[in-house]
Amino acid sequence: MPLEEFKMAFVGGLIIGLASAVLLLFNGRIAGIAGIASRLITFSVKDLMWRLDFVIGLILGGLFLKNILPASFELEPQTPLWMLGLAGLLVGFGSSRGSGCTSGHGVCGISRLSKRSIVATLTFMAAGIATVFLLRQMGAYQ
Amino acid sequence: MKWQLSAFISGLIFAIGLTVSGMTNPKNIIGFLDVTGDWRPALMFVMMGAILVFATAYRLIVHFFPQPVYDKQYHFSSLTEIDRNLILGSVIFGIGWGLAGFCPGPALTSLGAGAHDALIFTLFMFAGMWLQKIWDAK
Repeated sequence: MPLEEFKMAFVGGLIIGLASAVLLLFNGRIAGIAGIASRLITFSVKDLMWRLDFVIGLILGGLFLKNILPASFELEPQTPLWMLGLAGLLVGFGSSRGSGCTSGHGVCGISRLSKRSIVATLTFMAAGIATVFLLRQMGAYQ
Repeated sequence: MKWQLSAFISGLIFAIGLTVSGMTNPKNIIGFLDVTGDWRPALMFVMMGAILVFATAYRLIVHFFPQPVYDKQYHFSSLTEIDRNLILGSVIFGIGWGLAGFCPGPALTSLGAGAHDALIFTLFMFAGMWLQKIWDAK
């Protein structure tokens, strides 16, 4: 049911916006998950804790929600191992180099009308669309 | 400590948003990016909803609160230039996003739900972040 899907997507988006607002109001931080996660591995204890708390919240959220909304997760392996590994490497490397991901640039940056974030979002969307297009041409989704 | 609790709660609410929106299921991401195939535009609405709330909240917060509740200042990026790193990094990120249908937030939440793919993806994602740091330090 597409209409139901659109509604859930929009409501989910509102909740993501709320979560980002909470982090800004209380911690003064931008909820860019790539940035929060990547600075977990800098070995500087200063400001490590709030990042860890946020990430633990994200992970525990999944643990609580898997029984409530099981359709939101693909719990069984779907993607070949090499593809997952490569994808992880590219996402980690790229989001660090480009200083942001879907949340940092796509939501927070665009909300603040940052030119960098608008360009970054258009760029990674185009790259993602091109990648899926090529995979489809190669018969990956048959 | 309160500032730790607020960061944790923000992460928790974020996970709820990701799960409700469908962002945690790689199939939805691939469907969204598959514009020439079996396109599923639903995730456009995730961005619309999130930007609607955060764009409003951001302006209200910085207007009415000279400083955040548990910190002395806001931490915003000071970068303004559209440089090579931004473009190159975003292209690399986008390719990875399209390959597996995971970005960092949904991967972490799916990992918590016990998704095998998310666990492997996340391990390699941290490796990629670490590689970038080494590269940068050179």
